[in-house]
Amino acid sequence: MNWDWSAVGDFMPRLWDGVLLTLQALVLGSLIAFTLGLVWAMAQRSSLKIVSWPVTALTEFIRNTPLLVQLFFLYFVLPEWNVTFSALVTGVIGLGLHYSTYTAEVYRAGIDGVPVGQWEACTALSLPRSRTWSAVILPQAIRRVVPALGNYVIAMLKDSPMIATIGALEMLGQARQFSAETFQPTEPITVIGVVFILIAYPASLLMRALERRLVH
Amino acid sequence: MSTDSSTSKETKNPAADGSELIEFKDVTKRFGSNVVLDNLCFNVASGKHVTLIGPSGSGKTTILRLLMTLLKPEEGTIKVAGDYLTHEERGGKLVPAGERHSREVRKKIGMVFQQFNLFPNMRVLRNITEAPVHVLGLSKDEAEQRARELLELVGLTEHIDKYPTQLSGGQQQRVAIARALAMRPQVLLLDEVTSALDPELVAGVLDVLRDIAHTTDITMLCVTHEMNFARDISDDVLMFDAGRVIESGSPEKIFSDPEHERTREFLSAVL
Repeated sequence: MNWDWSAVGDFMPRLWDGVLLTLQALVLGSLIAFTLGLVWAMAQRSSLKIVSWPVTALTEFIRNTPLLVQLFFLYFVLPEWNVTFSALVTGVIGLGLHYSTYTAEVYRAGIDGVPVGQWEACTALSLPRSRTWSAVILPQAIRRVVPALGNYVIAMLKDSPMIATIGALEMLGQARQFSAETFQPTEPITVIGVVFILIAYPASLLMRALERRLVH
Repeated sequence: MSTDSSTSKETKNPAADGSELIEFKDVTKRFGSNVVLDNLCFNVASGKHVTLIGPSGSGKTTILRLLMTLLKPEEGTIKVAGDYLTHEERGGKLVPAGERHSREVRKKIGMVFQQFNLFPNMRVLRNITEAPVHVLGLSKDEAEQRARELLELVGLTEHIDKYPTQLSGGQQQRVAIARALAMRPQVLLLDEVTSALDPELVAGVLDVLRDIAHTTDITMLCVTHEMNFARDISDDVLMFDAGRVIESGSPEKIFSDPEHERTREFLSAVL
């Protein structure tokens, strides 16, 4: 096996496009996962069965089916009902929705970890439900779970190549396209592996630092 | 005081001059098959300081938690300042209270907890202003003014910008007292407020409460094991046993000349 530095050089412009798309999918997917996960977690705690039950069923369903199947469903099946998104948008929705069911569990653990005395103090002060959540419960719950949420961002980064299968040319997609055209798979695939670790490892160090600061 | 119904078992409050602020009528509370309060009737007149004593498990704390709507009674009614707490009247009928109704009635009641329950994510000042701003609709300035006055009362002015975890237990409890008073409640519920404190911190908290008891007209309902404190601030002492009031009267009478054997046993164990 020969290593060809000129192939690395040739791959660079496409790699850059791929990195940008990966980061785009990651940031937008995380935003969806963080927001939607919180909605799920709060809805699951609702005393209204008509709210909590369907949400529990939906999140269990999404969490227990493969992301790849969900991506294919969103990209190839939804158009049957005339719902069509671009590959990137589909990828972002797929990643965000799938991971929202994990972050929901994380939020739930965080909310359960807030002592019952905090709820009682809110009742004793007659704080409205919305204020109880926004000013007292969530700030305490989320602070505890920031590191766990961060770990899911890293997991999502590592799952992001799946969106290549529906044609979103993130890093892996670019590498595969490049190697198909040049018959040189070694360099591009190796390079994206290195780039993944260059993003993921500092990110996990950051999470560990956050954990030390936030969770005591 | 009043004995509202023929089923009332024990109500021997001395006659109160003010109007009745708290009225328990035939209140029963069970946890599973365990009857914690058994057809309880008692009233507290406005402005009175009443201490509930008795062995643990006798239902004292349950009474405070019922008043704070942290628990619901299985039977009976509770009135606060003439309004039903756990029920509301709708079309001439008494139905279980909705959230809005109980929140309105609850505003008249403040509570201080054994474990303080300050909000650890807020500084001392905002712990106190949060509810006045978002429940009573005070402006931020008005609420902060009120908070500063209360912090002076509890002697913690210099800690206004600290987080609860930076304070000692005694200081936290004094903030919690200020936080409850900031809502200007008519009734203050004190649930074993010194039980979680190191012994050397108890006096500071009790001094603040004595001060409040002697200088304001707030009604106090107090569960405590500090008998000297109870003697100091109470107008009435109610002795509980097995979910009933078995004896009540002035602190002088209860502490020095109790009628009931169970009261004598209890007092000799704690004094």
